[in-house]
Amino acid sequence: MGNLVEIDNITFRRGERVIYDGVSIVVPKGKITAVMGPSGIGKTTLLKLIGGQLAPEMGDIRFDSDSIVSMSRSELYKTRRRMSMLFQSGALFTDMTVHDNVAFPLREHTKLDEDIISTIVALKLQAVGLRGAAQMKPSELSGGMARRAALARSISLDPDLIMYDEPFAGQDPISMGVLVKLIRELNDALDLTSIVVTHDVTEVLTIADYIYILADKRIIGQGTADEIKNSDSALVQQFLKGEADGPVPFHYPAADLNESLFGGKA
Amino acid sequence: MNFFQQVGANTLARLTSIGRAALMLFGAIFAMPSLKNIPLTIRQVYVVGVQSLLIIVVSGLFIGMVMALQGYTILVGYGAEGSLGPMVALSLLRELGPVVTALLFAGRAGSALTAEIGLMKATEQLSSLEMMAVDPLRRVVAPRFWAGLFSMPALAMIFSAVGILGGHLVGVDWLGVDSGSYWSLMQSTVELQKDVINGVLKSLVFALVVTWIAIFKGYDSVPTSEGISKATTETVVFSSLAVLGLDFVLTALMFGIE
Repeated sequence: MGNLVEIDNITFRRGERVIYDGVSIVVPKGKITAVMGPSGIGKTTLLKLIGGQLAPEMGDIRFDSDSIVSMSRSELYKTRRRMSMLFQSGALFTDMTVHDNVAFPLREHTKLDEDIISTIVALKLQAVGLRGAAQMKPSELSGGMARRAALARSISLDPDLIMYDEPFAGQDPISMGVLVKLIRELNDALDLTSIVVTHDVTEVLTIADYIYILADKRIIGQGTADEIKNSDSALVQQFLKGEADGPVPFHYPAADLNESLFGGKA
Repeated sequence: MNFFQQVGANTLARLTSIGRAALMLFGAIFAMPSLKNIPLTIRQVYVVGVQSLLIIVVSGLFIGMVMALQGYTILVGYGAEGSLGPMVALSLLRELGPVVTALLFAGRAGSALTAEIGLMKATEQLSSLEMMAVDPLRRVVAPRFWAGLFSMPALAMIFSAVGILGGHLVGVDWLGVDSGSYWSLMQSTVELQKDVINGVLKSLVFALVVTWIAIFKGYDSVPTSEGISKATTETVVFSSLAVLGLDFVLTALMFGIE
């Protein structure tokens, strides 16, 4: 099996700030690939680059061998029908019920009868365990339920690729367990390819087939869960163990404390 | 030097912002033909138009009543209180109807549009539409733009009509101006092309500007609570200033040169 997504030596900056400098990532078909890294490192940006919402300054991003970067707007919209993204907030439409949210992509992109759409929606909601919540509004759902409803919406068109943006952030242990199970099971049952962007180490090590660790504008480590656990990089180990100080310093760079408080006299 | 750099940077930022606003407007205008958009547009007409009716009707009524009261006290001194009808009607149709409606619309519906679109951006709903291969310009911006464009001229006409009735209530029913002269002088003075149609044209221009500013400010807002609050304020301030400035230009073009 080939690769579904190939990120080839990209450079990306926001204003003056360099986010990526020569990052390359491949996402094999049918696998779960995780991208981990500290907060603020631009993990969500990576997903937006794959979705074509942002464009890299240099380098190429290919989806099923077609370059996302050089696609026309209409080609890009066509390609996006084959991918979907689970946003951190869920991004459910607040003026619609859960049922209508899940039906939304089907109504927009297919000419199916309402009966068939209702059946598909019920099956998708059943897969995430929320068939009973179909008539609820997003404001009535808990955080975990909202994310599962959004997951049902993102699989409603049976995409090839699904991108998860911090799926475990702010979830209680039960919701987290449910999401871990869903990501793995949906990937295998629906023959999906998944990219999970997260900083929750424990959960990701249990489900990811291959892991990249992003820090300091580049990939600092990659491999299977075991390879990552045994990595000899101090930065990777600091990240995995959650140590407060290390290659990523506890203190944001500042002038010497003694110097700035007492002018060096103390 | 720093001062000039700042001025240059601000000017460039303004120009790029106008460019983005123009691109968004074109996107919204060309997104009209889709059949799927029609129910969405009708729903928005309800939200921005029908739900603004109360404030428009109440304001129109009171403004008409106040004008009749003020007009009567001045006209009666010249024995010309019979001209109250044309005075009320012309002021409303030419000026107050379109202008006050636009100002009220900016405050009632414009700010709501900005906040709604800004919040959709902050909660990643616009991003998720894009990722679902649904163009937010077509799905979110266009229906609101067209709804604003249809609603405001209708609201302005309702405003003027209610204002004229308010003028009748005070001038005729209360102060005793002859009902026949109120209506017949109005009928003979008000011209369809010059007064009514020009008023509607003004209102259309204001609708375009106010809705455009409201939608763009939401679409272009910084997706934080502070950013949305700033965008909402800017919508009301910029659209009010634009309406008043444009009103002078349009009045000069329509009525200034005889």
